[in-house]
Amino acid sequence: MGSLKFVFSRFLGAIPTLLALVCLAFFLVKAAPGGPFDMERSLPEEVEANLRAAYNLDDPLPKQLLKYIGDILQGDFGPSFQYRDFNVTELIMSGFPVSLRLGATAILIALFFGTLIGAVAALNQNTKIDYVVMFFGMTGISVPNFVMAPLLILLFAIFLNLLPAGGLGDGSASNMILPVAALAFPQVAYIARLTRGSMIEVLGSNFVRTAKAQGIPMQYIVLRHVLKPTLLPIVSYLGPATAAIITGSVVVEQIFGLPGLGRYFVQGALNRDYTLVLGVVVFYGCLIIFFNLLVDILYGFIDPKIKTNR
Amino acid sequence: MDKILSVDNLNVSFNTRGTIITAVNNLSFHLQKNEVLGIVGESGSGKSQTVLSLMGLLESNGGATGSAVFKNKEILGLSDKELNKIRGNEIAMIFQDPMSSLNPYITIGEQMSGVLRQHSKDNKKEARDRCIEMLSAVKVPSPDKRIDGYSFELSGGMRQRVMIATALLTSPDLLIADEPTTALDVTVQEKILDLILEVKEKFLMSVILITHDLGVVARTCDNVLVLKNGIKQEYGSAEQIFYSPEAEHTRELLFKSRELDEPLQKTEPNIEPQTSASIKGLSVFFPMPKRNFISKAEHLKAVNNLSFDIKEGEILGVVGESGSGKSTLARSLLKLQKPTGGSISIFGENILKMNNKQTKKFRKNIQVVFQDPFSSLNPRMTVSEILAEPLDSFFPKTTKKDATQIIKNCLGDVGLEAGFLGRYSHELSGGQCQRVAIARALISKPKLLVCDEAVSALDASIRAEIIELLLKLKQHKKLTMVFIAHDLAVVKKICDRVLVMQKGVLIEQGETNTVFQAPSNQYTKNLLNSVPVPDPRLEKEKYLKRLSNRN
Amino acid sequence: MSLRKKNKNNSLLNDAWRVLKKNKAAATSAWVMVVMGLMVIFGPLLSPFALDQTDWYQISIQPDLASGHIFGTDDLGRDLFVRVMHGGRISLMVGLVATMVSVIIGVSYGSISGFVGGKTDAIMMRVVDVLYAMPFLFFVILLMVFFGRSIFLIFVAIGAVNWLDIARIVRGQTLNLKGKEFIDAARTGGATTARIVFKHIVPNLLGLVVVYVALTVPQVILVESFLSFLGLGVQEPMTSWGALVNQGARQMETSPWMLLFPGIFLATTLFCFNFIGDGLRDALDPKDRTRESG
Repeated sequence: MGSLKFVFSRFLGAIPTLLALVCLAFFLVKAAPGGPFDMERSLPEEVEANLRAAYNLDDPLPKQLLKYIGDILQGDFGPSFQYRDFNVTELIMSGFPVSLRLGATAILIALFFGTLIGAVAALNQNTKIDYVVMFFGMTGISVPNFVMAPLLILLFAIFLNLLPAGGLGDGSASNMILPVAALAFPQVAYIARLTRGSMIEVLGSNFVRTAKAQGIPMQYIVLRHVLKPTLLPIVSYLGPATAAIITGSVVVEQIFGLPGLGRYFVQGALNRDYTLVLGVVVFYGCLIIFFNLLVDILYGFIDPKIKTNR
Repeated sequence: MDKILSVDNLNVSFNTRGTIITAVNNLSFHLQKNEVLGIVGESGSGKSQTVLSLMGLLESNGGATGSAVFKNKEILGLSDKELNKIRGNEIAMIFQDPMSSLNPYITIGEQMSGVLRQHSKDNKKEARDRCIEMLSAVKVPSPDKRIDGYSFELSGGMRQRVMIATALLTSPDLLIADEPTTALDVTVQEKILDLILEVKEKFLMSVILITHDLGVVARTCDNVLVLKNGIKQEYGSAEQIFYSPEAEHTRELLFKSRELDEPLQKTEPNIEPQTSASIKGLSVFFPMPKRNFISKAEHLKAVNNLSFDIKEGEILGVVGESGSGKSTLARSLLKLQKPTGGSISIFGENILKMNNKQTKKFRKNIQVVFQDPFSSLNPRMTVSEILAEPLDSFFPKTTKKDATQIIKNCLGDVGLEAGFLGRYSHELSGGQCQRVAIARALISKPKLLVCDEAVSALDASIRAEIIELLLKLKQHKKLTMVFIAHDLAVVKKICDRVLVMQKGVLIEQGETNTVFQAPSNQYTKNLLNSVPVPDPRLEKEKYLKRLSNRN
Repeated sequence: MSLRKKNKNNSLLNDAWRVLKKNKAAATSAWVMVVMGLMVIFGPLLSPFALDQTDWYQISIQPDLASGHIFGTDDLGRDLFVRVMHGGRISLMVGLVATMVSVIIGVSYGSISGFVGGKTDAIMMRVVDVLYAMPFLFFVILLMVFFGRSIFLIFVAIGAVNWLDIARIVRGQTLNLKGKEFIDAARTGGATTARIVFKHIVPNLLGLVVVYVALTVPQVILVESFLSFLGLGVQEPMTSWGALVNQGARQMETSPWMLLFPGIFLATTLFCFNFIGDGLRDALDPKDRTRESG
């Protein structure tokens, strides 16, 4: 099929998902009691007027939907309910860079350490190292990050006084260490478990036996034969991993008092700021879809079975 | 002639949760230069474990004691580091399943040059050239393209050639082949075995060939080692083993492999019996995944315009290699597969035109026994529940008391006592599972029984028992049978007539004796000739004939 | 010998149970959960304090046997032990109910998709792929914000988050089973489609379902705790471990016990279910069962 066609077809495949996301969001807003369209609710004149203008409430439904989609494509998510002077887009743009820094670092750390630890465990299966790693893995997925985070603060900020307890401060790295650790920890654990399972399975393959029979030492077998098939499922997991990190960032930003998008989201949720909440969901949703698309395409270039068919 | 390998008092045992199981017991043998040694035995005889212990490839809970001297050096008990100098270098090994023995994630070239990089000083280009050279030596077409391709793009036979090529890269002194052709079609097997003999001569190698098939041994081996339960039964030249066997087990194995040569005494003379079923122009096409939106959909023609009759009271054999369409044919007869075209008329009724209700009623007349004894029984149902199910569907008015009796009788017919009623499939052996499957098929009192490779997955000794059972039941219950198999010997023994299929097309049909002794079609001739016979002199003649045909 | 009497000692589930018992971590976890279950049910009955009983003279005191506040009190003078126990009831109940919702949706969806196959399967799985990509939790929060916080909604919403994984796994297993010869044999044996689904496919899915129930419970409890932590879960006077951790985190410098007790209970529950789930998964893996052939 050719590489270009492959990428293009994947792009096309992502569009229905995007549409579904936006439509779903739109209809949720319409359906919500007490939402912007609830006639029984009373708001100050000003806001009512803004809303009517923003949402063209007098137009037929399909037209409203199209306008909504059009607005989003232009990056306009509407006015915020809470912060009367701001619109949602501005809020998203101010919060996102913080969350991006936090999330991207967390995912890179999770990938690096997770695969490393998982591989070490797999290569030392059923030894003490393996049990320690597995216990660590179990802890990571069993202790929620909102329990872990306060504990980390308790330990490092309060008792040991090594790191700041929260806030962005001057934006230096030391403010990021604890939040990134709390955010990355469950993913490091999950990826470690995933890597370990995947590698153990690959190590038991017949082609590894063949390589051993060919006199190739273990380190080369791991590098040339085992690594690639082990990492394929990890690549597939990147999509859900991102979603998990985004979800986790909500809690971590809250606990550490970081002015990221997650924090705005929670405040918005608690204060019933519909447009903000909606905007964040659509924004993050699109981000995840886009990221999944990238991962999908990457996978198509790495997995020989797909590579040869395209 | 010097000895290249000398094994003395080899013991291989495994420690499974405290219990020690001995796989190989006090085994001694040796190997000369340029000799082909066959190690033969049934499953569990320890053949694989013997060579795996020499290569240091035993499972982590296994251990070997004794001595194995290779080229004047003791190799048993060497460290991995030391063994890595010998493995893949002086001793090469190829395995049974070529599909999983090659890494599907890296190119053929990467795997092959990996071996060269390890054992030689070739640079990248030299290594690549050598690999391409070796691929053409084993007759892999377009080697310069294949080298950058992946293993899943090749057929089973091709993959095995690649494995042989990889083994030869370092010009090893010894090649160990563990059941190298067991997973291959019989015509492909012939070519691969000839290839092994050819490279053995060319490279002056010794070969250890492990197999359970005595025909393969007769075709390729100079000397033979017979094992049973890890113990040496007999060890001698091929001439001696095949023509004057001494050990009882050897004689047993030979008898079983030749048994199928004895023609069956057909009891009833066939006086133009009725036609049970008539198949006309049957076609089953499967659409293949489209490469892109524009190109036309291609079809896999699994069954292509097949026409034949099934005569009442006969056993009709259907033979063919993989991809011949025999299983698709069976599924079409059973209405498990909807044909693309043609008609199937059974007992005078056109089964393809029936609706669901009629089909359900009609099913009681045709039943089936499948290949895999374990997966053909529901692991969550007891034997009695499995047997009760068809009884319930076809004879719903049966009282509980009668049903119990019928089920017990049915079990008795297949040689199982009532004690089996409460058991689950994972508690039964393969042979017992297959008996239950046969009982289930017969409980609805069918007139036509389809056996789809019904004995292929069973051990040789059990196979004979089940065949005997099927014949007895056929006689008793006056069944007509369609017997699908790839094992020509079995078909020759029990079938009255036979159909030969290749790639969905009917190549030849006729009385079994006629087809087997005087085949009219070239494909059938090739097929029959490819089957190795446990007769070394005969095999040698065939081999020389093949060589001269090639030149 | 009666036909109806199954040889109970050798059915698959009993085999699995025996293997599971050997897995010490899983067996211990099971016992711990039993003890915990008993504690949350009967614990509050043994304490002299009520759930929302505030005692202004005993605000934020440390765990103290003499006063009867064995876990201490919170910043409103409420006994922490009682609150943790009540919180446990909610957390565990949500865990079990929402898991059931997930499992029912997931198993139905996955088995239908796998069994029907063809275009229907392709479409159904595409839907799953689309949903998998969404930040589902965010949607749940969205639902909470828009439609209020009834506990019923919480059950359904949380259940609706986790069914995707189960649906995929069940579909995979259904496809696997569909290819097995005993399904064909049932068909030639005259079985109707309904019978095939209920007598042949579903019983062979049960093992898998049990594993995923055990693995989903902790995920669901986590989601509920997450929501409660953010203040979006159960409302006062009901409380859950997540909500208690939220309150505890705010007071952790002065009253660490407010964080530690609910945190430990929550983490322990999650640990235990994960161990049990892992153990069950290993026990029921068909590859491990040894067989003789012929």
